Amino acid sequence: MGDGTQLGKVRGLGSAKHGSHHWLQQRLTALGNILLVGFLFVSLIRLPLGDHGAVLRWAANPLVAVALVLLLVSVFWHLRLGLQVLIEDYVHGPMRLLALVLLNFYVVGGAAYGIFAIARIALAPVTAGPGGM
Amino acid sequence: MAGNEPNARPRAPHLQVYKWGPAMAVSILHRASGDGLAIVGALMFLWWLGAIAAGPDAYAAFVACVWHDPSPEITLFRQITNILGKVVLVGVTWAFFQHLFSGLRHLILDTGAGYELKTNKMWSALVIAAGVLATAATWLCIMAGAL
Repeated sequence: MGDGTQLGKVRGLGSAKHGSHHWLQQRLTALGNILLVGFLFVSLIRLPLGDHGAVLRWAANPLVAVALVLLLVSVFWHLRLGLQVLIEDYVHGPMRLLALVLLNFYVVGGAAYGIFAIARIALAPVTAGPGGM
Repeated sequence: MAGNEPNARPRAPHLQVYKWGPAMAVSILHRASGDGLAIVGALMFLWWLGAIAAGPDAYAAFVACVWHDPSPEITLFRQITNILGKVVLVGVTWAFFQHLFSGLRHLILDTGAGYELKTNKMWSALVIAAGVLATAATWLCIMAGAL
């Protein structure tokens, strides 16, 4: 590994001065998750989950929709950091790179899917039909 | 690169050589519950959100798959997914509480507190017990409400 020589620095080895970056982001997203997933848990317990209209009205509420978008960002950010460490511990060689690339696809794709679903729910035109507003 | 070392090099002792204790168990459970939430929990959540957005029919299909199929002649496949769905939901609930309590323990350890052997052992055991108890309490509430 890099020993702090100029050659090591050129090769990108050694300290990047970002040592606490991963650690700190994991803690900060953990705090976000406590608030946001805690809110989701209480909501899930209180909601009549079999009633699509009721669940839709809940999720379409602007404050709830914003909380759900923030939840997706915080949760997927946090789980990316956690699964990254899992891969770094147990996957070796070229497979590690592949696994990390797939992880990033999963995280970005999953978060985008979830945020877009919330956008569809919150921005859907209100129709005067059964179960509507 | 890691993984390409000659076999003659010493290897770190792994799980099997250590005597199990609460601190080791809670550490492993933190990773296991986190990875379960990251994959199974997150995918279930996305499936649910997508079903809400897709409309009443898609939502009914989601509920019929993971919770209860209301059709009079329920297929064997649906019976299996209904049971499997509940097993997964109970598992995700436990993983949530385990990871939450264990994560709170880690945030306290980050301050430098709780490393004394007895204290560490006690809080590790309490985290595991609290995870199981909170899961049981949650599902007792759900079942009491469903009856």
